[in-house]
Amino acid sequence: MATKVVMAQLSPTMEEGKLLDWKVSEGDRVEQGDVVAEIETDKANMDVESLGAGVLRKIVVEVGQSAPVGTLIGIIADDDEDIEDLLALADEVRASLESGSAAPSAASSAPAAARTGAGAQVANVAPDPGPPSAAVPSVVPGMAGFGRPTPVAPVRADGERVKASPVARRLAAEAGIDVATIAGTGPGGRVVRADIEDVLESVGRGRRTRPGADVPPRVGFEARVEEASTMRKVIARRLTESVGPVPHFFLRREIDMEELFDFRARLNSRPGAAKIGVNALLLKAAAEALARHPTVNSSWDEAEAVRYHGSADIGIAVSIDGGLLTPVLRGADSLGIDQVAAQSADLISRARIKKLTPEEYLGATLTVSNLGMFGIDEFSAIINPPEGAILAIGRTAQIPVAHQGGIHVRRRMKITMSCDHRVIDGAEGARFLATLAAILENPGDFIS
Amino acid sequence: MSDTHDVVVIGAGPAGYVCAIRAAQLGMSTVVVESGSYEGGLGGTCLNWGCIPMKALLESAKLAQRMRTDAEQFGVRAKEVEYDYGAAVDRSRGIAKRLTGGVEYLLNKNKVKIVRGRGRIAGPGKVEVASEASSGTEQLLAKNIVIATGSVMQTFPGFELDGTKVIGSRQGLGLAEVPGNVAVVGGGFVGVEFADTFAAFGSQVTVVEALPTLVPTEEPEIGKVLARAFKKRGIKVFTSTRIKSLDRDSMTLTVEKKDGAEAPIPTDILFMAVGRRPVTEDMGLDENGIELDGDFVATDQFMRTSQAGVYAIGDVAGQPMLAHAGSHEGIIAAEHMAGMEPHPMSRHNIPSVGYCHPEVASVGLAEEAAREAGHEVVTGTYPLTSHGRALTAGSNEGLVKIVAGAQFGEVLGVHMIGHNVSELVAEIGLGRDLETTLDEIVQHPHAHPSMSEAVMEAALAALGRAVHI
Repeated sequence: MATKVVMAQLSPTMEEGKLLDWKVSEGDRVEQGDVVAEIETDKANMDVESLGAGVLRKIVVEVGQSAPVGTLIGIIADDDEDIEDLLALADEVRASLESGSAAPSAASSAPAAARTGAGAQVANVAPDPGPPSAAVPSVVPGMAGFGRPTPVAPVRADGERVKASPVARRLAAEAGIDVATIAGTGPGGRVVRADIEDVLESVGRGRRTRPGADVPPRVGFEARVEEASTMRKVIARRLTESVGPVPHFFLRREIDMEELFDFRARLNSRPGAAKIGVNALLLKAAAEALARHPTVNSSWDEAEAVRYHGSADIGIAVSIDGGLLTPVLRGADSLGIDQVAAQSADLISRARIKKLTPEEYLGATLTVSNLGMFGIDEFSAIINPPEGAILAIGRTAQIPVAHQGGIHVRRRMKITMSCDHRVIDGAEGARFLATLAAILENPGDFIS
Repeated sequence: MSDTHDVVVIGAGPAGYVCAIRAAQLGMSTVVVESGSYEGGLGGTCLNWGCIPMKALLESAKLAQRMRTDAEQFGVRAKEVEYDYGAAVDRSRGIAKRLTGGVEYLLNKNKVKIVRGRGRIAGPGKVEVASEASSGTEQLLAKNIVIATGSVMQTFPGFELDGTKVIGSRQGLGLAEVPGNVAVVGGGFVGVEFADTFAAFGSQVTVVEALPTLVPTEEPEIGKVLARAFKKRGIKVFTSTRIKSLDRDSMTLTVEKKDGAEAPIPTDILFMAVGRRPVTEDMGLDENGIELDGDFVATDQFMRTSQAGVYAIGDVAGQPMLAHAGSHEGIIAAEHMAGMEPHPMSRHNIPSVGYCHPEVASVGLAEEAAREAGHEVVTGTYPLTSHGRALTAGSNEGLVKIVAGAQFGEVLGVHMIGHNVSELVAEIGLGRDLETTLDEIVQHPHAHPSMSEAVMEAALAALGRAVHI
C-alpha cells in the first residue's frame, strides 16, 4: 500500500515548511523509519521519517520549495503499484505551489491530528486510513471543571491514532501523561482508565511538568487567544497547585566553580572516555548531597505522612517546544559520573523530541533546573509536587572575590534551593546546600 | 455409556441456551439438558413464563389503558370497548411458543444436542438425567459442566401459593380473566408490571411494598414518579407497609402501615411478587464439593465454580437475576472453556428495566451509591413534562437523571422513568463501557424529536447548561 509523505506539522505554530533536502532519490528503496527528507520549520530543521517501506516513486515538492502543512511532498510505494490517483494529486500540488494558491491537503485530517497530543511527533501520514478527524469542540466560556472538551485522541509517533477512552484521555492530561506512550489493555489495545491509573500507581502518583524559560525567536506580535495545549494546562494547574498548598522557602548560596571546571577537564582528558558536561556533574553532585541528607529526599503525603524515598531520582528540567518535561535520572546516587552523563544526555535528547515513556518523566524526588545558559544569575524555582525541593541553577560568572588574602577573579555560580517546609526545615535545607557546595568545590573527593 | 461431550449445560434458559450455542460455535460438542419444569422449558422462565409473555401482556395493557383514557383525545372514538384478558394471554402464549420454538431451531442449527429431563451432577464430569419420557436415567460424560438451572418464584411463610387465590407470576401469565380485586405484594418490577396490567384490564389493584418507594432498587425519585402515575390511574399504593397475615377463608390481607397501625385489605386474589430464589436443590452440588455463596452457586469472574470443569451461569450464579446478565455469563463461560480469553464478568454495568407504564430503566450507579463508592458526583435531571416527543406520545410523566463524576464528567449512571425509556438505556450502558464523559454525550446531535434527546438534556443539565428546562 502506498505511503504518502506529507509536510507534517512539526511545531504548534508551524504553518508551512521548506524542503531542505531529500535524503533519497526517486527510485531508491526506503524502509520504514528511514529518514527521507529534511524540513525547515519556523523553529528548527527536522527529519522526516518514512512510515512505510517501498520505493520513493515520486518527489512532489522539490528542494527549496515551501509547502503548507498537510501537503503531499512525496510518494512511497511498491515498484509495480498503481499510484495513478496519487500522481494526479501530486500534479495538483505542483500546480498550486507554482501558482501560489492553496495546495490540496494530502490528508485533510493530518494537520489536526499532528497538532494534537503532546507526544505527537508525526513525520508523515500512515497509509490509508489516515488518522480520523479530530474535531475540537469549542470551549464554553466560564465553564469550569470537565465542561472542557475531552482531549482529542492523539497520534503515535508512527502516525497511528491512539485509541484511548475519553476518561483515560482526561486523566492522562490531568496527570501530564502522554497517552501515546501508554500500552492500552482495553479491546484492541485501547487505553482505558485503569492503564493511566496503573502508571500513576507505579510512579507514586507523581506528575512532572514544570515551568521554565524558553527563548523564542523574534516573531512579531499577533493579538489572539489560543487554547492552551495539554502540556500548558498541566503546567498551569500543577504549579498553581504547588504555590498554593506548598509552603515554599528559599535558600541561596554562591559556589566556587574553579575546582569543578578543573575536575571536568581532568575527566575529559581520559583517553577514550566520553565528554562530561557541567550539567552531569551538577546532577551527580545533587544526588551525592541527597545521599548524605536523606531527609531532603522526601515528600509530603496527603495522608499527613512524610514519604522518604529509597533512591535519589533526579528530575532534569528540559525546556522543549511549548513547555517543558522533566525526565528522571533514576538512582543517580548509585550511578558513576559516566553513567550519569550518558543517561542524562539520552533522556534530555529524547525529552526534546517528546519520546519519553511516562516512567521516564514521572516520579522524580528532586529536580534540578538550570537556566544558567540563558544568562540568568539566579532564580527561585517552584517545587513540582510531591517533590520536597528543587534546585535552581544560575549562570557561572567570573566575578572578583576575596580569596586567600587577595582579590581574585573566579568562576562562581549561584544555586537557589526551594524547599517544601512541610518536610524540610531551614537548618536541614541549609546543611544540604552546604554539603552540595562542598561536593562541587571538592568534586574529586566525592565524584567518580 | 455415551461419548464424552465437551460441554453439558444443565438448563436451557437465556443463560444456558446462549452458552450452549456459543460453545457449539466454538467447535465444542455440546449437550443441553432441559427439564421443561413448571416455570421452564426451552428458553427458560424468560421465554416461557417470564419476560417475554409479560411484555406481550404489557403491550395489551398499554392499548387497553389507551382505549380507556386517551383514545378520544387521540381522535379515536370506539363504541362498546371490551377488555378480554384471556385473549391477551392467548396472544402472549403464542409469542412465547414462537420464541421457544426459535430456541429449539437455533440449538438444532448449531448442532447442540437437546436431552429432555432433569439433570444433576453425579460425579466429576458426569451428569445424570432423569428422563421425562421414560422413568430411567441417562448418564452424560462431560469435560465441562455448566449449571444454568435458573430460579423459581419465592414467597413468605403463611403466604404459600395455592395457585388459585394466592398466586405468583407463573399463574398470573395464564389467567383466563383478571381478578376484580387484587392485592399485589411487592413493588419491584414484577409487582408493578402485573399491577399495571391488571389495572389496565379493569382490576381494582392495591400494591403493598415494605420499602419506602416502589421499584426500591431504583433511585427514590423514580419510585415516587411511578407511584404518582399509578395513583392517577386508580391503583392504590402502600409503601413502607409490611404484610402481617393472610386469612384465606375471607381472603383478607392484614398489613402494618408506616405508623404501626394494622389495616385489613380484602381481596379476591393475592398476588405475591417478592422475588425469586435460585434452583440449587438436588443438583449434586454438596456431594461434588461445589460451594455456595449464600443461596447462589459461588463463581469467579469467568463463571467457574469451586470445582474444576464446572461453571455456573444465570440466576443460579448470583444477582442480578436478569436474562441479559445470564446470557452474557453464558458467553463468557463458553469462551473460557474454549481456552479463549473473554473479558471478565462485571456486574457494575448491567441495565435494569421495568416495562410498567411509564417504563423504568437504569444502568450504573445511583447518586447515593456513587457517593458511597467514594465518587464526587454531579447530577442532571431532565423532567419529561414538556418534552416534545413525550407530549406527542401522550405520555409526559417521568424524568431522566444522569449521575457523573465531578472531576472528569465520566458517566456513572442513568436513571429514567418515562415513555419507552427501556430503549434509551443502551446509550449510557455502552457509553459507560467506553468510559464516556458528559461531553461526548452532549456533542452528539440526538435525533429530534425523540426520547433520546432527554438523555442529552440530562447530560446538559449536569454540565449546568440545559437548554430545554
